[in-house]
Amino acid sequence: MAVFKMPSLGADMEAGKLVEWLVKPGDTVKHGDIVAVVETQKGAIEIEVFEDGVVEKLMAELGQDLPVGAPLAIIQAPGEAAEAPTQTAPPVAPQAPAEPAAPAAEAAPPTAPPAATPSGIAASPAAKARAAELGIALESLTGSGPGGAIVLADVEATKPAAATSPAQDRGAYLAEMRKAIAAAMARSKREIPHYYVTHTIDLSAASDWLSAANADRPPEERILMGALLMKAMALAAREEKAVNGHFGEDGFTPSAAIHLGLAIALRGGGLVAPAILDADKKSLQDLMEAMRDLTMRARAGRLKSSEMSMATLTFSALGESGVEAMAGIIVPPQVAIVTAGAPGLQALVREGKVIAAQAVTLTLAADHRVSDGRLGSKFLAAIDAKLQTPEEL
Amino acid sequence: MTEDEIRSAYIEELVRVAPDLDPAEIAGSDHLQDDLELDSMDILNLVIALNQRFGVAIAEADYPQIATPDLAAAFLAKRV
Repeated sequence: MAVFKMPSLGADMEAGKLVEWLVKPGDTVKHGDIVAVVETQKGAIEIEVFEDGVVEKLMAELGQDLPVGAPLAIIQAPGEAAEAPTQTAPPVAPQAPAEPAAPAAEAAPPTAPPAATPSGIAASPAAKARAAELGIALESLTGSGPGGAIVLADVEATKPAAATSPAQDRGAYLAEMRKAIAAAMARSKREIPHYYVTHTIDLSAASDWLSAANADRPPEERILMGALLMKAMALAAREEKAVNGHFGEDGFTPSAAIHLGLAIALRGGGLVAPAILDADKKSLQDLMEAMRDLTMRARAGRLKSSEMSMATLTFSALGESGVEAMAGIIVPPQVAIVTAGAPGLQALVREGKVIAAQAVTLTLAADHRVSDGRLGSKFLAAIDAKLQTPEEL
Repeated sequence: MTEDEIRSAYIEELVRVAPDLDPAEIAGSDHLQDDLELDSMDILNLVIALNQRFGVAIAEADYPQIATPDLAAAFLAKRV
């Protein structure tokens, strides 16, 4: 018998609101199944279960705001007596929000949870909030978003005339997210002694290879420079283990698995950094597909709990129209973040001459309790080396 | 298809890629990156969607031609 609890979905989460149960008592669940949807400051998150069993009892009501660690359900392990002693649900203790759960990555399964067939109703956070406000059942709507997700426009289309403007709802939602980001980053700056290392990488080989590779591909199979950078970073993290893992009460625990968080900027000023599990083991094409899928789902507000809590190292890029370089703030309990400025033509010196070449400037921010500049420098140099042979990525 | 129909279809696909955009507030001259804050991944997703909807090949070199609803409508109208 296991009590299934509200998971911590990142250092900046204190509580979540249960908005949907996807299981009921008597249902059989297995590792990786999505059992509930929780609304957080990061949007609606699909909560996965990490053990096999049978749902005995649901302990939380829809609409409840629940702190991290609050019991959500009781799950009976396979083979346990069907008639377990009835027990009253422990009251939802008004416990102080716990520190983010200790690093789970080292115990993480080596493979990603199965890409479950989407269960439940996919809807963007804004759409959910609006539907709830208007008293419209999501089931009654047809989604026009990615994968049939219900988006704000679908809800608006059915709403009775005149109501508060959706812009206000979204504004309030983003203000909440901004507060959560501020709290997590303030904590990071307060507790983690950051050091920074910057390096400009010649991307001539990578961009030539990429242009040639993309030329004949249909758009579905095109690869972006961001995928090359992430793959090179994931492979380099295998060599410099002190940048990949979590810092908890017992100090640093390196992670064998490399789950790369990808910072995705949301319109209006929000930011989420869900993880791509086992990024180093994915082919470039699979990594690209995972990044595309994650971006789409982040926009629609439909990320999974494992993606929100398992990142071991984060990558954040400004995109093609950004400035030259950016220094990041580490996402606790991780110990490093790599940020990329916009790739573009830069003046590089080659064989004593200044030339204009495609280049990107990477900045590593890392935790000085775990490593120092020499290691950080080796890590960026390893990323550089991998980008010089893009065909091997 | 007229340019106006293509523009509406383009905006439909755009809102599918970026569900937090309000189609009523997208102007014909809005730039995907500068005004609507799409990143390169969103733009690739939009190119995939436009390719599927119109059957028009959009090479990477053509991306500037679809950077606003007006530009895209003119570009696609010649090829649909």
